[in-house]
Amino acid sequence: MKTVNEDALQKNYITAAYGIRSWLLTRDHKRIALLYLISITLFFFVGGFFAVLMRLELMTPQGDLVSAETYNRLFTMHGIAMIFFFLVPSIPAVLGNFLLPMMLGARDLAFPRLNLLSWYLYMVGGAYTLYAMVTGGIDTGWTFYTPYSTGYSTTNVVPVVVGIFILGFSSILTGLNFIVTTHKMRAPGLTWFRLPLFVWSQYATSVIILLATPVLAITLALLGVERIFQVGIFDPALGGDPILFQHMFWFYSHPAVYIMVLPSMGVVSELVTCFARRRIFGYKFMAAAVMAIAVLGFLVWGHHMFVSGQSVYAGMAFSALSFFVAIPSAVKVFNWTATLHKGRIEFRTPVLYAFGFIGLFTIGGLTGLFLATLAVNVHLTDTYFVVAHFHYIMVGGAVMGYLGGIHYWWPKMTGRMYHEGWAKFSALILFVGFNLTFFPQFILGYLGMPRRYYIYPEEFQVLNVLSTAGASILGLGYIIPMIYLLWSLRKPRTAGPNPWNATGLEWLTPSPPPTHNFDKTPIVTEGPYAYEEKSANGE
Amino acid sequence: MWDFPLLPEAASSTAAEVDALFWLLIGVAAFFGGIITAGLVYFNIRYRKNSKASRAGAVSEHLPLELLWSIVPLVISAGIFGWGAKLYFDMHVPPEHAREVYVVAKQWMWKIQHPQGNREINELHVPVGVPIKLVMTSQDVIHSFFVPAFRVKQDVLPGRYTTTWFEATKPGEYHLFCAEYCGTSHASMKGRVVVMKQEEFERWLAGSRLAEPMTASGDQLFRQFGCVTCHSQTSQERGPSLHGLFGSTVRLADGSTVTADERYIRESILNPGGALVAGYKPLMPTYAQQMSQEQLFQIIEYIKSLGGPQIAGERKNP
Repeated sequence: MKTVNEDALQKNYITAAYGIRSWLLTRDHKRIALLYLISITLFFFVGGFFAVLMRLELMTPQGDLVSAETYNRLFTMHGIAMIFFFLVPSIPAVLGNFLLPMMLGARDLAFPRLNLLSWYLYMVGGAYTLYAMVTGGIDTGWTFYTPYSTGYSTTNVVPVVVGIFILGFSSILTGLNFIVTTHKMRAPGLTWFRLPLFVWSQYATSVIILLATPVLAITLALLGVERIFQVGIFDPALGGDPILFQHMFWFYSHPAVYIMVLPSMGVVSELVTCFARRRIFGYKFMAAAVMAIAVLGFLVWGHHMFVSGQSVYAGMAFSALSFFVAIPSAVKVFNWTATLHKGRIEFRTPVLYAFGFIGLFTIGGLTGLFLATLAVNVHLTDTYFVVAHFHYIMVGGAVMGYLGGIHYWWPKMTGRMYHEGWAKFSALILFVGFNLTFFPQFILGYLGMPRRYYIYPEEFQVLNVLSTAGASILGLGYIIPMIYLLWSLRKPRTAGPNPWNATGLEWLTPSPPPTHNFDKTPIVTEGPYAYEEKSANGE
Repeated sequence: MWDFPLLPEAASSTAAEVDALFWLLIGVAAFFGGIITAGLVYFNIRYRKNSKASRAGAVSEHLPLELLWSIVPLVISAGIFGWGAKLYFDMHVPPEHAREVYVVAKQWMWKIQHPQGNREINELHVPVGVPIKLVMTSQDVIHSFFVPAFRVKQDVLPGRYTTTWFEATKPGEYHLFCAEYCGTSHASMKGRVVVMKQEEFERWLAGSRLAEPMTASGDQLFRQFGCVTCHSQTSQERGPSLHGLFGSTVRLADGSTVTADERYIRESILNPGGALVAGYKPLMPTYAQQMSQEQLFQIIEYIKSLGGPQIAGERKNP
């Protein structure tokens, strides 16, 4: 089964060809993954820059740093950059692109050209949106609620919406590519229940992307039609219904939360098993849980609308369904914890991120129960409690998992190891900084501070100052990894094919892998995470 | 500087119950968060790489455990759901004798009308211990009426009426926020709710009255817009009489029935063809362009003053 050939002279996917053309016209999933890595990192720092300005403004109750107009653009563009251009593509487009074919024992994705097209669509959508942001920006909130967005905002609504519309096709094509690849390109012996949970999570995510993103496209198209041609769809002054917009928007945007967090769950399953040297606890439950979340995630959108004026009985149905979706999430957290039982846990950087994910996702999930509870939601919705909750899920969860994955597969992608001491240090300050930033916001929310306020009553100041202090630590926690990861590229490629002694087909190749991944198609004879067997063999 | 609150003031009849449910949720979160944290810490110490703890008998599948940690959260969730849903339902149904106040939201202010004729901007004076029902609409974008101390929030939409209610339990002044982002000065669209003792409130009502009662303004509008020519009590040839209408059940031309509440009357004035009463021709023109939101509320208040259905108990809450 071993196909590793430590031939230092063998060309890898990076050294296989040189020149800008060889990158811009590449069909290699691994090169496309790196293109995405660079592009989404750019958007992450754009979105982060907006966040820094917001947190600075919120240090005082008065509006002394930026005006209302500016602040409204900041939170809108922060949300758009982070959600549509960083979080949604993050793990699928970078780690999924790089690893899915390798985990399946394939040479590439099913449609390599389509994969390259996805990246170009991302870049066109991104460039267009950036252009719209620079030339005036947009102030509708990332939720684009009507009739404000169609009849009242004087900002660049249509250009931004067009950018996101184009971006949506990038998502859809990636999802399609992953689904076909998972169905058709698994190595011999790699049955569905031998798939790593990372593959399951990518698969579930792709299904959501494929089914939900077209609805976003339709919604944004209708929004554009109403804004440009004054056709009454959502604006009651033109005979439309603003609640219809909310239904359509959340029909995509709630499942989008799972597009962002399911891939991280897949990463965490890989990390916990590797560094505990244990098979995953309850494999089939874990696989079933991601699929259950993907399905149930489509049935809970109305919990964003408990005070919107939708019927009381609709509210009750959506509340009940929202509690249901908590169960598979709870199952996952319990199973990760149980995987540690009787393991041999080694505290390397990636697993620290995984533990960070479990802790923060648990808080994010449990506070989700507060919001699913109807009468409590009435008080909490549209306050900082919601802001804190979704940052725990999407930053504490999704971004922690993404960074854990980057640290775990970095030696595979680049052939280099980073400085372990700095990496552990930054994982720690990320965790501390994150909690200091967002935990005070739960209290602010319960006290009643509404979100999207750039000025606020004085009694909220202390908690806001704490949050801003935390954000400065958090920002450092994102900049330090940038530095030591880039620094590691100066070192020789000495990571070796399998620095973590991990299972999984991707670790059978040299690091970095050759363009065709495998010299010989691997044959799979066992399930994933056979760490106990590895230990028994003295490896 | 360090004198800052960690809990909001609780000043309405439902606030205490919402808080109780909130604390139950904190307990549940602490319980599950505690289990996970304890598990992570304990396993990480006991099974660290170089520890001598026995690894014999490790299992990776355990059906009873999986069922346990699926079913226990499900049962707890069901309980929390039930309590939350019941309270949510109560928060939607105002008591029969609630005092009504009309709210028009616009970018970026709250315009309040009391039936007695008092008008306020960004302030709402209410008596303590009396249920207040708010009938609200927006004249531009979506806003949201939020009083943290009452645990009350309800979106205010253009083109329709939404309602909510509360009963203040403590005299004082409380924040009123707009909670739904509504454009440039969203953060400035705030005001205060002033809760007064009953006598003080009556004094305020009498002292700050600048306009005639809403029924009188409505009566005047009813004649000014010519409503009276068709909807008189004597001749019911062209339109039905509005006496005894409010709260009654109306049979429509398409055979369906509808309760004549604020929403129905608003709809009938702005879009008369949409809810044609059985036995009448669609003669009435729309008044959508002529009437302001405030005037609509005044006409509704006037129609209410014409009395409700005779049969007690038939009136339904919207």
